[in-house]
Amino acid sequence: MAVITVERKPLTFLERTYLPQIAGGLKTTFKHLIAPKKTLEYPEQRPAIPVGYRGVPTLVKDPNGREKCVSCQLCEFVCPPKAIRITPGEIPADQADRAHVEKGPQAFDIDMLRCIYCGLCQEVCPEEAIFLQNQFSMSGYTRAEMVNDKDRLYELGGTLPDAHHKWDKKKTAEEHGNAH
Amino acid sequence: MIAPAKPDLVTVNIDGQEIAVPKGTNVIEAARLVNVDVPHYCYHPKLSVVGNCRMCLIEMGMPAVDPATKAPIMDPATGKQKINWIPRPQIGCGTNVSPGLHVKTTSPMVKDAREGVMEFLLINHPLDCPICDQAGECKLQEQATGYGRGYSRFVEQKNVKPKRTQLGPRVTLDDERCILCSRCIRFSKEIAQDDVLGFVDRGSYSTLTCYPGKKLENNYSLNTVDICPVGALTSTDFRFKMRVWFLKQTNAIDTESSVGANTLVWSREGTIYRITPRRNDEVNDTWLADSARVLYKAVKAADRLAATETIEVLVARAAALFKSTPGAIAVVGSARSTVEEQFFTRHLATALKASAQLVSRVGQGDKLLISADRNPNVRGALVTGLIKTLPAQQLTDLAAQIDAGKIKVVVAINEDLAAAGLTAAQLAKVSIVYLGAHANATSAAAKVVFPTLTVFEKSGTYVNQQFRIQKTLKAVPAAAGATDDLVVLAQLVAAAGGAALPAELGLLWKVIAAEVPALATMTFANLPETGLVLDATPYAALPFVEGETLHYKPAQPAVAAATA
Repeated sequence: MAVITVERKPLTFLERTYLPQIAGGLKTTFKHLIAPKKTLEYPEQRPAIPVGYRGVPTLVKDPNGREKCVSCQLCEFVCPPKAIRITPGEIPADQADRAHVEKGPQAFDIDMLRCIYCGLCQEVCPEEAIFLQNQFSMSGYTRAEMVNDKDRLYELGGTLPDAHHKWDKKKTAEEHGNAH
Repeated sequence: MIAPAKPDLVTVNIDGQEIAVPKGTNVIEAARLVNVDVPHYCYHPKLSVVGNCRMCLIEMGMPAVDPATKAPIMDPATGKQKINWIPRPQIGCGTNVSPGLHVKTTSPMVKDAREGVMEFLLINHPLDCPICDQAGECKLQEQATGYGRGYSRFVEQKNVKPKRTQLGPRVTLDDERCILCSRCIRFSKEIAQDDVLGFVDRGSYSTLTCYPGKKLENNYSLNTVDICPVGALTSTDFRFKMRVWFLKQTNAIDTESSVGANTLVWSREGTIYRITPRRNDEVNDTWLADSARVLYKAVKAADRLAATETIEVLVARAAALFKSTPGAIAVVGSARSTVEEQFFTRHLATALKASAQLVSRVGQGDKLLISADRNPNVRGALVTGLIKTLPAQQLTDLAAQIDAGKIKVVVAINEDLAAAGLTAAQLAKVSIVYLGAHANATSAAAKVVFPTLTVFEKSGTYVNQQFRIQKTLKAVPAAAGATDDLVVLAQLVAAAGGAALPAELGLLWKVIAAEVPALATMTFANLPETGLVLDATPYAALPFVEGETLHYKPAQPAVAAATA
């Protein structure tokens, strides 16, 4: 192997004093001292979340505060890492405002250690009941804490506006429709 | 319906493919033979043809002949005989094949007709697929996708009908989803012989109901749920439990009687959700009794036995019992065990120099899919040589021997000795080695208890009343603390000083084939799904208790008290 000898240039006088380098460094420091701030004091300050952000999946209620999910289990089916687990159940006939929906989740768990925030659950939901919202940081001390159960999912999700009121329309039809 | 070897074949042309089919075949079945799908709702191969859903519309024509001379009219363009196409669509289910029949299933007229029918069927359909249990196995979903127009032009209000009518103890009806195909009505009338269903009101207000004061509560009511092409009839037990696309299907056998109806066990992650019939035209057609569909509940029953000690400890304890009382041991096998387990039982009895006995269960046959013999595998015990004569309902001989002090140890395999007529005092007098899945009086009195598996947790074969050997496969993993019957029996045989037998089915069947002449050519793997009929002539003289059921006629008049 050929050996290449690199000749080291001798330092100039100014370079040997180090003064120009110190001045250059201080210039950068002072520039950032007066420039507008780029960082946030997280977690006291939070960034603005852009529209369409895919945060933690949550369950939402309709404007009347009713559960939208009918436990069709399509999100459970489509979920690539199998993070969603639903136990379906029947809504009893004595619940006046919900009985016509017939079906709802008894239990709804999303394992956030498995979730990959892909948003397929939101895309597949025929009832517009599951949304990936702005919440982006999940933490916990145990694995069990990282599984969001139904109550937690509704707490995170809150209420979103509903353009369709699908089941209300169904109830109206039941009351005033073409019943024989 | 296709009869297997009818001599008079008719050649028909379906979408350009010529096929010879038996006379009397309808166009749907003929098309099925050339892999052409004719969509349909109301037609069912095992029920009468009514032709009321109109989904199976096809275009058909006959070769043209001169009316006067009967000479064929040739088409100069093609050089073949001209076809006179009927200008209107015909129903495929109600059209039987005739010589030279030509059928088009993909012509513009047929496509148009199907789109029209689909549009009418969907007019009053609630489209509640997200909450519908039929979603995933719904003909309306499949055919709306395959043959529908893809969008709705209906802007008026849909009809409203009752959503959760209880037709009977096991069937719930959602009237809005009903497409009035009348399969359930025909099934109740023709197969179950319990004509309780019917339509009331007219037009789009037609509603399925029970006859006033009656209920759909016969033991075959859940077949209406199976044959319902939409989600109108749903099983109350399975309702809203799990979506069908999650469920794994396993072929199994109904073990509640000697009919051996073929079943499908639907499970997910070790939990069974439902049991449905599997078509076998020689055994159960497409039907299954309701009582067979709840048997899976035994898997997670509260009285399941679970071992507290390792199987080695238990086997050592049983071996000590065997050694302490040579010659005073009785083996009670079971006609509910699989052929393989009965083969092991025979080996165990031989090794212990004991005689094996079985317990007979006799009930009322229902002339359909439940026979009088409530044991699924009496004939298996005959074939494997475990018994020579038919078993009795009570173990009176064994009871007498225990009273006389001749028997000190009883090995009970899947049989409750108390139910078979032994008193508590007799049970206390002997040391019992019990193999079984569930707790009972015998397991409570037993010195050694081996918790074993239910039929859904193991594979094996059963020989039904037709001497048809059929296999059942493991649907769910074994419950915690339970061991496969074959593993336990193999170790017990070894502990009793018998030959070492493999508990793995593939290896075991080589031993069975070598030792049992009737099964000499068989292996477990190549046993067909619909079973294999064994030679019944060596057992023709035995007085079997079964009366006539679907696809079974007893060779001689059933002797009701034969086993008494």
